[in-house]
Amino acid sequence: MIDLKSTSRDVSRRRFLISSAAAGGGLALGLRLPGVRNAFAQNGAEGHEVGAWVFIRPNDEVVIRIARSEMGQGTLTGLAQLVAEELDCDWKKVKTEYPTPGQNLARSRVWGDMSTGGSRGIRGSQEYVRKGGAVAREMLIQAAANQWKVPAVECKAEAGSITHTPTGRKTTYGKVANAAAQLEPPKDVKLKDPKDWKIIGKPLARLDTADKLTGKQVYAIDVKLPGMLNASIMDAPVFGAKVKSYDEAKAKAMPGVRHVLRVGETAVAVVADTWWQANQALKALNIVWEESPNDKVSSESIRELLQQGLDAKEGVFIGNKAGDAPQAIGNAAKKIDAVYFAPFENHFTMEPMNCTALVTADRCEVWGATQNAEGALAAAAEAAGLHPSKCDVHKLHLGGGFGRRGRQDYTTKAVLIAKQLHGVPIKLIWSREEDMRQCSYRPVGLCKLSAGLDDKGDLIGLHMRIAAPSILASAAPNRLDSDGRDSAAFQGLNPVGAEARLGYAIPNLLIEHAIRNTHVPVGFWRGVNTNQNAIWLESFIDEVARAASKDPLEFRRQLLANSPKHLAVLNAVADRIGWGTPPGPGVHRGVAQFMGYATYCAGAAEVSVNERGKLKVHRVVIAIDSGYAVNPQQVAMQTEGSVAFGLGAMRYQECTVSNGRMVQENLDTYPMVLMDDFPKVETIVMPSGGFWGGVGEPTISVAAPAVLNAIHAATGSPFRSLPLKNARLQKA
Amino acid sequence: MAKLNINGKSLTLTVDGDTPLLWVLREQAGLTGTKYGCGIGLCGACSVHINGDVQRSCTILVKDVKPADKIVTIEGLSPRGDHPVQKAWLALDVPQCGYCQSGQIMAAAALLKRKPKPTDTDIDEAMTNVCRCGTYQRIRAAVHQAATNTNAAIGNGNKA
Ligand code: FES
Ligand code: FES
Repeated sequence: MIDLKSTSRDVSRRRFLISSAAAGGGLALGLRLPGVRNAFAQNGAEGHEVGAWVFIRPNDEVVIRIARSEMGQGTLTGLAQLVAEELDCDWKKVKTEYPTPGQNLARSRVWGDMSTGGSRGIRGSQEYVRKGGAVAREMLIQAAANQWKVPAVECKAEAGSITHTPTGRKTTYGKVANAAAQLEPPKDVKLKDPKDWKIIGKPLARLDTADKLTGKQVYAIDVKLPGMLNASIMDAPVFGAKVKSYDEAKAKAMPGVRHVLRVGETAVAVVADTWWQANQALKALNIVWEESPNDKVSSESIRELLQQGLDAKEGVFIGNKAGDAPQAIGNAAKKIDAVYFAPFENHFTMEPMNCTALVTADRCEVWGATQNAEGALAAAAEAAGLHPSKCDVHKLHLGGGFGRRGRQDYTTKAVLIAKQLHGVPIKLIWSREEDMRQCSYRPVGLCKLSAGLDDKGDLIGLHMRIAAPSILASAAPNRLDSDGRDSAAFQGLNPVGAEARLGYAIPNLLIEHAIRNTHVPVGFWRGVNTNQNAIWLESFIDEVARAASKDPLEFRRQLLANSPKHLAVLNAVADRIGWGTPPGPGVHRGVAQFMGYATYCAGAAEVSVNERGKLKVHRVVIAIDSGYAVNPQQVAMQTEGSVAFGLGAMRYQECTVSNGRMVQENLDTYPMVLMDDFPKVETIVMPSGGFWGGVGEPTISVAAPAVLNAIHAATGSPFRSLPLKNARLQKA
Repeated sequence: MAKLNINGKSLTLTVDGDTPLLWVLREQAGLTGTKYGCGIGLCGACSVHINGDVQRSCTILVKDVKPADKIVTIEGLSPRGDHPVQKAWLALDVPQCGYCQSGQIMAAAALLKRKPKPTDTDIDEAMTNVCRCGTYQRIRAAVHQAATNTNAAIGNGNKA
């Protein structure tokens, strides 16, 4: 990461404005990309910065700075709503722009954390961005009061105008912005009471829609710079294997090809006039990699490794423990056992990984789609061998992220190529096949569950042993506990905490994670560990309820008696789906609940399975309590997206391994949920107030288990091995 | 060399005939609204109209396109981005990341031209583009909404 102490400079606002306007060169190029509406307002545009978050133009247009990344999740609109609420500006005049991580660095990180993951975009910054809006409002009011020579308390702001209440005099933000910009920002500002919110909590239309309908929106893959060349790359299909040989002459003889370059020890790239030419030549390279110790790894060998973890004593970490679960289960009146499996998954962002870089002797500029602008800056600086203050990253809206674009391997590779061609902008695009071979996959996993029921059918003991690779060990080893435990693996299963707590009260409980890492890199995939944890636990709870001859909803209600928020969302979906009333002919229902990202979620589903074993998911109802819902329409859209993502993995998708390589390379073997099998999704947005939960990911956890439990009801048997396409469903 | 008629303009481009139309549009014609998603004809991100029919441009070699064939891309669907499908998409705020939406809009516009009042089944059959963000429900609603708006306007910029 960037060492902030050594690079931060206390640059005054004014000096920064001048220096950034004068930066020129690549910087200016990036800022003037045709079609990029978020051209940075500081760059010579008319207007004034009032506090770090707000730039006001003389025509009263308000440009709000967005530090996080927009990847479809609507965070850009939500963050703007938060600032605008406190700013009391006219929402119709709001525009947005991304500060760059270089600018953030130069200003002592005035815009805070720029990373966008863990459903933290809004909840992680809501307080300081709201304060940013409030600070600007106070400065604008003060400037107007100074002009009128009246006390600021006699003035009030509304929808971008300031009124001196006693005299009725009026002015606008645009008119006083210059004077406001000279004032010292107030230290203490009071935030509004949520009951007074006028912009937060409203289902306002997104700010970034129009250009996405006409082809005008410029994504990173669309970037075009003068003199730019295009690159395609292939890295070792067996992760980490070194390049041995390749047919450079053959590729070089192909049309448009300019360069064939080594990228690190494991990859080769072709640079050509067009990407199509580069990719054709790449295929002709015939790259051979050296032998690797992982050449024989397969899905079967990985499964054996995991299987061994289910009973092992070593490399096992505890996530939640109460009483003595093995003993209680051993002595129980009835015992239930099951082993569940979930495969590796790929993010498959619609826009494949890509990045454009321009490196000179003393400067590195990057144009890219990243969930972590500062991480991209650090990656670019390291690859270029330059100090971060000599680099910058220009962010474009992402054509999907889902966790994949938190990792900056594609940024590193683009810079490593551009570094070999000083002064020539290089756009690196991964082919879809490369994108699917070089992912940070959602981890494969096995989970063994045992439960004990007493003679009344009450759950007295639960033992859950997960055997899976550790995401943190692969993607963020510095976040592992000192003993090597991956605390994130227990997402939704934790005994305490406001982030991801298990709602069920079970007197004897043991939840463990046997870390079994493979050579396949694993990473954050939408919903991260809540996906598998919820599938395993919530499917198994249905099995246990059935064994206890209890209604799965009632069984859960009893276990959630002391978790009112978990219970409230569950009750909401049960009500909406009509639990307890007869479903349509042939239709069966299932429910599930889970907590993650400080948000409570429940799902209920209606499915049918026909004579030929064909599954139809008719309806999915999801309730979400994220404390506050900044934009309920966006919450609903994220829920619909989570259902598509969760059900795609549950039904169709798996990444398997053969001879050390990932087998699936495109949609022919990695199909998606399409229009015809997307269920009717109803979202119940029920913010209960008082806390800030995430929105982009939490609901994915309940989509698949609710449907799986409905399938269990329809077929009479549980489905424990995903994806479902590998199983034969049979109508009960 | 290829002679193409794109969005009503005739263009002569220096390009190898074996190049897929998708890449000619993106890299030679500078029309980047048409997107690369899979390159094998399965995602629909690269959908364009050729003589009024929706086609996946990654599967069409430029040498198989005749100079008289009328290619319409998202940039040429309507002069001011106000095709009824675009209007419905805006009204219902359909896109999330937006990357698939050019293709979705082209597929929907072609469907409505063929079937001015499509049923849900028609939509299921015609709208087979992938949306990884899962905007299907809003796409369906927007197709219906576009169908109820003036059908006369459909086909603007798209007259074969
Ligand atoms: S890019 Fe053409 S169908 Fe996917
Ligand atoms: S809106 Fe993102 S893929 Fe469809």
